[in-house]
Amino acid sequence: MNMQISRRKLLKGTGALVVTFSLAGKAGEALAQAPAAAKPVALTEVDSFLAIDKAGKVTVYSGKVDLGTGVRTALAQMAAEELDVPFNQVSLITGDTQLTPDQGTTWGSLSVQVGGMQIRNAAATARNALMDEAARKLGVKREELTVSDGTISGGGKKITYAQLVGGRSLSLKVDDKVKTKDPASFKIVGKSVARVDIPDKVTGKFTYMQDFRVAGMMHGRVIRPPAFGAKLESVDESSVKNIPGVRVVKENNFLGVVASSEWNAVRAARQLKAQWSKSETLPDQAKLWEHVRNTKVVQDQVTSNVGNTAGAGMALASAGKKLEATYDFAINLHGSIGPSCSVAEFKDGKLTSWSASQATHTLRKQLAQMFSMPPEDVRCIYVEGAGCYGRNGHEDAAGDAAILAKAVGKPVRVQWSRADEHGWEPKGPPTLIDMRATLDDGNNVAAWEGDFYMPQQTAGSFLVPLTGAVLAGMPQKDDIAPGNVFQNSAIQYKFPNIRTVCKRLENTVFRPSWIRTPGRMQNTYANECFMDELAAEAKSDPIAFRRKYLDDKRGHELLERLVKLSNWEARPAAQMKQTGNILKGRGMSYVKYELVRTYVGAVADVEIDRTTGKVSVPRFYLAHDCGQMINPEGVKLQLDGNIIQTLSRTLIEEVKWDRSMVTTLDWASYPIITFPDVPQIAYDLIDRPNERPWGAGEPAAAVVPSAVANAIFDATGVRMRSVPFTPEKVKAALGTA
Amino acid sequence: MAKKQLTVNGKRVTIDIDDPDMPLLYALRDNLALHGPRFGCGLAQCGSCTVHVDGKSVRSCVTPLSSLNANQKVVTLEGLGTPNKPHPVQQAFIDEQAAQCGYCINGMIMESAAFLANNKKPSDAQIRQALANNLCRCGTHDRIVKAVKRASSMA
Repeated sequence: MNMQISRRKLLKGTGALVVTFSLAGKAGEALAQAPAAAKPVALTEVDSFLAIDKAGKVTVYSGKVDLGTGVRTALAQMAAEELDVPFNQVSLITGDTQLTPDQGTTWGSLSVQVGGMQIRNAAATARNALMDEAARKLGVKREELTVSDGTISGGGKKITYAQLVGGRSLSLKVDDKVKTKDPASFKIVGKSVARVDIPDKVTGKFTYMQDFRVAGMMHGRVIRPPAFGAKLESVDESSVKNIPGVRVVKENNFLGVVASSEWNAVRAARQLKAQWSKSETLPDQAKLWEHVRNTKVVQDQVTSNVGNTAGAGMALASAGKKLEATYDFAINLHGSIGPSCSVAEFKDGKLTSWSASQATHTLRKQLAQMFSMPPEDVRCIYVEGAGCYGRNGHEDAAGDAAILAKAVGKPVRVQWSRADEHGWEPKGPPTLIDMRATLDDGNNVAAWEGDFYMPQQTAGSFLVPLTGAVLAGMPQKDDIAPGNVFQNSAIQYKFPNIRTVCKRLENTVFRPSWIRTPGRMQNTYANECFMDELAAEAKSDPIAFRRKYLDDKRGHELLERLVKLSNWEARPAAQMKQTGNILKGRGMSYVKYELVRTYVGAVADVEIDRTTGKVSVPRFYLAHDCGQMINPEGVKLQLDGNIIQTLSRTLIEEVKWDRSMVTTLDWASYPIITFPDVPQIAYDLIDRPNERPWGAGEPAAAVVPSAVANAIFDATGVRMRSVPFTPEKVKAALGTA
Repeated sequence: MAKKQLTVNGKRVTIDIDDPDMPLLYALRDNLALHGPRFGCGLAQCGSCTVHVDGKSVRSCVTPLSSLNANQKVVTLEGLGTPNKPHPVQQAFIDEQAAQCGYCINGMIMESAAFLANNKKPSDAQIRQALANNLCRCGTHDRIVKAVKRASSMA
């Protein structure tokens, strides 16, 4: 009796309204737009993150979504561990603006590090409260209680979570300082639990965004201008008259078709005759780097400034051996295998948008602005699509679908074509980097300077404008959002004088956004190549040279383990080993991600065919320390992805264009790496269960281009300072062209 | 609107079509609501749409319905096996955890299953060559090769 009173008091004390809400339950129901009850979504409420139903099943509500990375499994592991429930009792609802808390965009290798930790804290808070409540209900001291598989027991009595709270809200504030479980007692976290999505994905049972349908839905396609900036002059609707049930939608320079069947929409989009104005707004690709250098700098963002007592730029004026090098990194695609897709429905003045957006909460703001609606009237629901590797076209497709749905008064599904995706996805911007350094008489680094040319980032706003809205002339913030591309321009080494400056440019060639490892990949490429140049100049072993300037225990340990993993033999580059026509070398690279988290070290073995100029990477070695690993096999999958995707970028990927438009509109003109060219990879994953978990989705990509470039130098004595290292560039560098 | 008969996953089906040259992919996905074959490029460049026609791997995005007759056996990923009763290649992909986003995996499995039917004990290099025209963006290649190898040793 007393206990009941105290519980009532407890609930009253929180001031929270206790509501019994019917759980949205399985993702399928949520997708079908089940009428959601008043479920809290504030980051401060436990109920925002967790619900326990009458059967004891746990639903985790996560603002972070699974972009095909397996994080759904990892987050469920963290929740199950902290709550002490079986793993298979936990399911997730993700990225639904009506049901899930806004945990920020799914980016930056932060889903476990930030999103998972919020869920862990919410789960620990819930567990604590449930233990207190069980102590009261059972009349047993809290210290005598233990919990296992969702059942609390002690003093010969037991009670389940379901009995304590099943189907009701917990009405608790998340305690950010809550004591979480001792890693020594982990049963689920740290284990390579099999991914929950794979059985359905390999049997065709899985519903991707591209498979998602709603009743009464029409199929839409967009017809983009043949040139950026072209104006729509006229449309000949009679040109599609032979295709049944086609409607043409025209809004300023936005042009689309809607049909009752997908193939009819495809045919209509291909067949529709439209007249566009001529537009030649793009710079000459052959002079890209001149163009970048001549673009107005709107901000000198100083990312590090050490020593330099004589003032900026003066360090290099001091005595010693001076080195300078300029590096560039081409414009890259995200290159999703499944082109962007979205379904939109307007009903009773409200918009529901289904998409594979990595940022449903941000997308909601953009869609609301487009249609001048209050954000509360827009619901964005995440449905997993093909991997996106950053902000690709998914959000743009959501805008397109909404425009078409509004125009025809029915739900519309928009599927982008391959050319839509290659041509119109926002792109990883071109990056140009000037490095300068001085070695003193003892071959010590006396000064280090870097200028990093990259587009500006609108302050505090990561809204990549939606293409459909821009073409249609609808309200849309005119932001430039390449992401936090300044990261890792500053370096991890301790030199007496350091100055790194990001030259933020007024604009760039194409609408930019963040591709995987944005900026960190390009900046680390320059930094770690230049570090290698200094080591070679000092005739020092590249690993020993780096360690001389490192005062970080975990960094040293990582490099020691990399030496063991790769059987690294200490020696200065370039060894220039040759077998017949094949030049062989190895190179290394190291990074501490954003200088504050995950450590990565890599060794690449390369072989270069002198005749063809082709660079092969038969073996790649990676040492990785991301602290506590939630799911080691999951980490390994992410690392495979980082290495192989970035190797593809390093060796072959480059967007091309003429003065009007992107010309690399398919996989033949913008190829990516294929099976025969994928390296054998060896790992040393350093597990630190007692440390906090850091991200693994991005950091390893940062070291790949420089490890390969440094290996090419070791093999040839030639520096490759322009990514990608195509056969043409390699032959030119070797003088064998 | 015309009728077209097909044999898909062992069943004779009749679908309504407006265009006799509609690619098979759209019939499978839109008329028959199958999720296995996927739209990736529409250009036969990536392999996401792969199905079997009479046991051979075919890119359904460029296979016009007019080229198929009702007796030809079309098999999709769903026809190969189910989560409860997976095909050996599907089981091997589960065992090796050979998927990340999984969008390309339909093509990887369908291409591999057709390849293994005629190549019982392939080497890693032969598997890599067999899948050379199937694109994966997530970097799952190494696990896919291991899965195909595993499947070949189970057969």
